[in-house]
Amino acid sequence: MKQVLVAGVGIHAFGRFEGVTTTDLGVVAVRNALEESGTGRGGFQAAFCATAYGGVASGHKVLGRLGMTGMPIVDVEAGCASGGAALALAKSAIESGQIETALVFGVEKMPRGIIRSSFFEPWQEASGLASTPSYFALRAQRLMHISGVTKSHLAAVVVKNRRHGSLNPDAMFRSEVDAASVLASRVVCEPLHLWMLCSPNEGAAAVVLTAADPSPSRALPRVRLDAAVLRSHLPGAVLSESTPMSGLTNDDVPPPTTLAATAAYEAAGIGPESLDVVECQDTDAARELLSYEELGLCGPGGSAALIDEGATVLGGRLPVNPSGGLLSKGEPLGASALGQVVELVRQLQGRAAQRQVPDARVALSHTVGRGANASVVILSS
Amino acid sequence: MAVRDGLFVIGEHPALIGGRCRKCGQVCFPRQDICPYCSGEAVDRIELSRSGALWAWTAVTAAPPGYGGTVPYGFGVVELPEGVRVITRLTEADPAKLERGQAMDLVLEELSEQDGKRVLTYAFAPSPR
Repeated sequence: MKQVLVAGVGIHAFGRFEGVTTTDLGVVAVRNALEESGTGRGGFQAAFCATAYGGVASGHKVLGRLGMTGMPIVDVEAGCASGGAALALAKSAIESGQIETALVFGVEKMPRGIIRSSFFEPWQEASGLASTPSYFALRAQRLMHISGVTKSHLAAVVVKNRRHGSLNPDAMFRSEVDAASVLASRVVCEPLHLWMLCSPNEGAAAVVLTAADPSPSRALPRVRLDAAVLRSHLPGAVLSESTPMSGLTNDDVPPPTTLAATAAYEAAGIGPESLDVVECQDTDAARELLSYEELGLCGPGGSAALIDEGATVLGGRLPVNPSGGLLSKGEPLGASALGQVVELVRQLQGRAAQRQVPDARVALSHTVGRGANASVVILSS
Repeated sequence: MAVRDGLFVIGEHPALIGGRCRKCGQVCFPRQDICPYCSGEAVDRIELSRSGALWAWTAVTAAPPGYGGTVPYGFGVVELPEGVRVITRLTEADPAKLERGQAMDLVLEELSEQDGKRVLTYAFAPSPR
């Protein structure tokens, strides 16, 4: 199988942008990635566009604006993992020898407020069962019950990520917060306070993948895409991201994140102990801690200890969400996974400025959300 | 009338309608024709126990999309003796007043009125002590 390399990345900052269309956002990210990779018109043979709310032909609209069409353009929806799904498809196409170079991008302008998801049936909405943050809250409560996680750990995740985000010019929230303020923000659904939840927003990110060595004239270090894996859920867990109405009294159903991580570690030929830096799903503060366990960054029940020892802060032994995570950047569904990849590529190339993790060589990106869909991407330099 | 047909039995003794697979024996709610656990195609209609134990809970403080009722209201998971955990509304909207494992009973709650008929959904309420 051919090796797949990252030839270039681009991003449009995440935030809220009045009067700017989804297509406008995509054009900025795509142009940046094409420029960084030295890829011109006709330089890629397929495009994969991740979006959940973009609507029909989102990818075509972006590439049409750039006068770059004719190749297959595939729009991909996999909820929070849409970008990971697009990356996985592009990687396979290159590995198989079908194409040499692929453009992968994600675009999104999320509705405001609690997201109305076409996922729920009318009876679920009418019954008040379509409150997405409440499902997060139940997961958080269970995590607190079965492990040593307390509300102060949840607050510590927010403090950490907002500190990281204050160093990221592409983040939406760029101010630091302290734990007392996090715990003083209003309770949205016990145990989750407002500041423990990420904000849906807008943004775009793009990645150019290629089988060939990127142009030798480029000064940037080479980054390899070792694994890009998408998985769905197995049935049985009542609080699964698949959002079922019932489940079994069996707590051993492996979550989709673990399914994806296991396959990704195998594909990359590494284990979690090899990782230098991680970007993971932090839709809410408890979700980040669950991700630690599900990705194998700690054993069952070990997430609180990682926070207590400061392991996942910049400067710790395994920094998590150096970009500030979704808690700082906000969550544009189609763009969030590729936004993580942009951050990690920059980390591996030593150009993450004040957020730089020293000597980062192996990096992991993780998203999980409704579907269920989970993506795990492993990159190395 | 039920917010959706086939979810529960209406009457003095309401009950959720689940499905039990003849092949693997697992119970699902709502009932579906094909078993979500083993793809078995014979799923019997069963009435689930009216009482169970509280497994997880929170409160919804802002009306979610498509919901026209009042807030706050309780929201959680109740574990029933058939070996199934069910996502449900709770009649208790103060999380501090609920305890893990406490006994809960099925009730029907009115959501709205449609063509002069009451639209009902299911919820669980703390059992009288």
